Amino acid sequence: MLRGTLEGEELERYVEERVVMTRFDKMLGWARANSMFPLTFGLACCAIEAPISIVTARYDLARFGAEALRASPRQADMIILSGRVSIKMAPIVRRLYDQMLEPKWAISMGACSSSGGMFANYAVVQGADKFMPIDMHIPGCPPRPEAVLYGFTKLQRKIKGNPDQGWRQRYNAVGSEEWARGGVASKPNPAAAEAYETARELIHA
Amino acid sequence: MPDAPGLELIRGEIEQDHPGAVLDTSFDRDQPALVVDPDQILAVLTWLRDAPGQGYGFLSSLHAADYLPATPRFGVHYELLNRDRVERLRVKAMLDDPAAGDLPEIDSCVGLFPTAEFQEREVFDFFGIVFKGHPNLTRILLPEDYVGWPQRRDFPVGGEPVTFTFNERNYG
Amino acid sequence: MAEPQAAHLAPDPQGDGVDTEVMTINIGPHHPATHGVLRLVVDLDGEIVRDLRPVIGYVHTGIEKSCEDKSYWKVIPFVERMDYVSYFFQMEAYCGAVERLVGLEIPPRARYLRTLFLELNRIHSHLVWLGTTALDLGAISMLWYCFRERDKILDLFEMATGQRMHTRYFQVGGVIEDIPLGFEAKLREFIADMPVRVTQYQALLDRNEIFLSRTKGTGIVSRERLLDLGVTGPLLRAAGEPWDLRKAFDYLAYPEMEFKVPVGTVGDNYDRYRVRLAEMVESVRIIEQALDGLPEGPHIADDRKYVLPPRSELSTSMESLIHHFKLVTEGYRVPPGEVYYSIESPRGELGCFVVADGSSKPARVHFRDASFVNLQAFRDMAVDSYVADMIASLGMLDPILGGVDR
Repeated sequence: MLRGTLEGEELERYVEERVVMTRFDKMLGWARANSMFPLTFGLACCAIEAPISIVTARYDLARFGAEALRASPRQADMIILSGRVSIKMAPIVRRLYDQMLEPKWAISMGACSSSGGMFANYAVVQGADKFMPIDMHIPGCPPRPEAVLYGFTKLQRKIKGNPDQGWRQRYNAVGSEEWARGGVASKPNPAAAEAYETARELIHA
Repeated sequence: MPDAPGLELIRGEIEQDHPGAVLDTSFDRDQPALVVDPDQILAVLTWLRDAPGQGYGFLSSLHAADYLPATPRFGVHYELLNRDRVERLRVKAMLDDPAAGDLPEIDSCVGLFPTAEFQEREVFDFFGIVFKGHPNLTRILLPEDYVGWPQRRDFPVGGEPVTFTFNERNYG
Repeated sequence: MAEPQAAHLAPDPQGDGVDTEVMTINIGPHHPATHGVLRLVVDLDGEIVRDLRPVIGYVHTGIEKSCEDKSYWKVIPFVERMDYVSYFFQMEAYCGAVERLVGLEIPPRARYLRTLFLELNRIHSHLVWLGTTALDLGAISMLWYCFRERDKILDLFEMATGQRMHTRYFQVGGVIEDIPLGFEAKLREFIADMPVRVTQYQALLDRNEIFLSRTKGTGIVSRERLLDLGVTGPLLRAAGEPWDLRKAFDYLAYPEMEFKVPVGTVGDNYDRYRVRLAEMVESVRIIEQALDGLPEGPHIADDRKYVLPPRSELSTSMESLIHHFKLVTEGYRVPPGEVYYSIESPRGELGCFVVADGSSKPARVHFRDASFVNLQAFRDMAVDSYVADMIASLGMLDPILGGVDR
C-alpha cells in the first residue's frame, strides 16, 4: 500500500480493523495466559489424566497454547500437582516450585492435592496449600480431562486479569478469602501449635 | 494346596529334622499354614525349599501383621509357592513385643530368597521388626528420619479433622 | 547423599592419558520419564552404570493403614488407587480375598463380567505402558496412537460404570451393576478394531532401527535370577518361563477361556515388548470369548448379609430395608481368619492378604504388589550397561509407583 491509496474515512476504517489499542498489562496477561509452559510433573493417578491424557489428541491442550511441556522447572511457568503429595515428596515439590521463575502458577488437580482427598492419614499432606500457594483447585478423583481444561481456562482468565470472583460479590462474601499460614492475612494460632506438640510427644513416648 | 493330611505329613517330616520348630498347623479356608518358632525359621524355610519332594522355592510374599491385643503380637508371614505342583503354603512366625524401647528380632531370609530384600525392609519400616543379617535394613517407603512404626495397631491413623462451619474455629 | 567414590578413582583406565572417576548421580524423583516419582541413585563410570539404588516412597499414601479404619465395603475405593493403571485388578484381589474369607460364591455372570473387565484393564495398562515407554525411547508419536485406543477403553468403562478411572465396579459378591444396553455393541466394535491397531503399532516400531538397537540385547537378566528375585509377569515370561497365574490357578472364568501365554526367549527388552504386545492380542481373544459366552443371571450374589438388596425391594420388603441399613451403616462382619489371594495383574503377581478379626473392619490389608518386587530386578538389568540402556530397561520394567509405594 502506498501513501495516497486510501484517504479519509476509508483510511480510518482500514486502521481500525488492523490496530488494537489496549493497556500494557492486559496485553501482558493475554500473552502469558495463551502461552503457558507447563511442567511435566505427575505424581499419581491424576497424572495419567493430566499431564499425559490432556496432551493427547482428544483433549488437546495445545489448542490453549500450552503444548510446550518443559521438563526443567527453570523453563516452566505452571506446575500441575496431579496426585497425592506424600510427606516424603512435599519438600521436593516445594523445591521445584521455588526453582520456577516468576511469574508462575500452580494448579492443584484432584482431591488429593487440594485437600488430602480420601487419604486422611499420616502419610499424605492434607492439601498442597499447606506448603505452597495454589492458584486453582480442580475437584475430582481423578477429574475428567475436560474438568482440567475448564480449570485451565479459568486460570487463564485469572492471569488475564479478570478472575471469576464475581460470586463473592453476589453472595456478599468479600473478605472471606482464606490465606495459607504465613500468607498476607494469616494469624498465628497458639492452640494449634500446642496440640501439635502434645501429639508429637505422644508419638515419641 | 497340600490338604490337611498333607500338611500334617509336612509337619511330621520337619519334626524329624528340626524338633520343636513347628508349633502349630492350621488349615483355614483351604489355605494351609504352619506356625513356626521364630528362632528356627531359617531351618524350616531351607527345609521347605530344598528337601526332596517339597520344593517350595518361590517366596511370593513376605509380610507382617499386628495382632494386638492378642499375644504373641506380631506375625511374620512367608507365602511360599511350589511352582511345579502349583501349591501354596504359608509359614507364620509369631513374635512377642519385647520390653519398651526394644524391637522384635528375627533372622533375615535374604540368603535363601533374594526377593525378601525389599519386603523385609518394608516390614521393618512399618512394624519395627528387625531382620538380623539383612544387608541394608533402613526405611524404604517412609522418610529416613521418620519416627514411629505406622502400621502397628497402636499408632494413630493421622490426618486432620475435616473442617466444617461448626468446628473451623478450632483449627486455625 | 554419598560423595563421589574416591576409592573408585581409576588412573587412566583406557591408556589415553585421561583419569576417570565414578560419580554418584541422582536421577529423580522428578524427571522427564513418565514413570512416576522414582528416584535412582546411580554410580556412573562415564556412561556406564556401575551401581544403582532405587529410592522409593515418594508417593506412599498409607493405604494399608487407612484400610484398617474403614468397613470392608469402603476399603474398595482405597485399594483401587494403589496401582493406578490397573485398578480393576486391585479390586479383584481384595474382593476375591474377602469372598474367600466369607465363603461367598459369586454367580457365573459376575465371573464372566469380572474377567471381561479385567482383560479390558490389562489392555489399558499395556497401552499406557507402550505409549509412555515409546515416548521415553524417542518414538514420540506412539503416545498419541496408544492413548487414542485408551480413550476408547475409558469410554467403555464410563458407559458401564460411570467413571473413567477408579470405577469401584467390583463389589464383594459380584459386580455392582449389570452392563447397560449398547455396551456389547460398542465392545464388539472395539475388539474388532484392536488387533488391527496392534499390527499398526508393530508396523511403527518393529522395524525401526533405533528402537531395535536400543531394545535388542539390553537389560538381560537370567530366568533363575528373576525367579530368585520374585519377579513375575511379562518380565518373567520374556525370560522364557511360562508362568502365568491365570493358567496356574483357577479363578474367575479363566479356566473356561482359551488363550495362549506369550513367552520370550532371550529375556532382553525387545522380548518384553513383544510379550506385552502379544498379551494385548490374547486379551482381545479372552474378551471376545467372555462376551460370547456371557451367561444370563444375576450380576451379584444373593446373600443379603453381605450384598446390598436391589433398590426396588426396599419399598416393599422390611427385611431388605433392615439389611440395607445394616450394610450401609456398620457393614458386614467377617468371621475371624486370614486369607492370601493372588491374581495375574499386567505387571505380575498381585496378592492381597486380609486378616479379619470378627468385626466390621479389616484388621490388616496388605498388598503384595508386583512392581514393588519387580523393582529389585532393575539393578541387575542396568548394571554394566549404558545409561540409555538403563532408561530402556526402566521403561520395559513397567513400574507403577503407586503400586510400589502404596
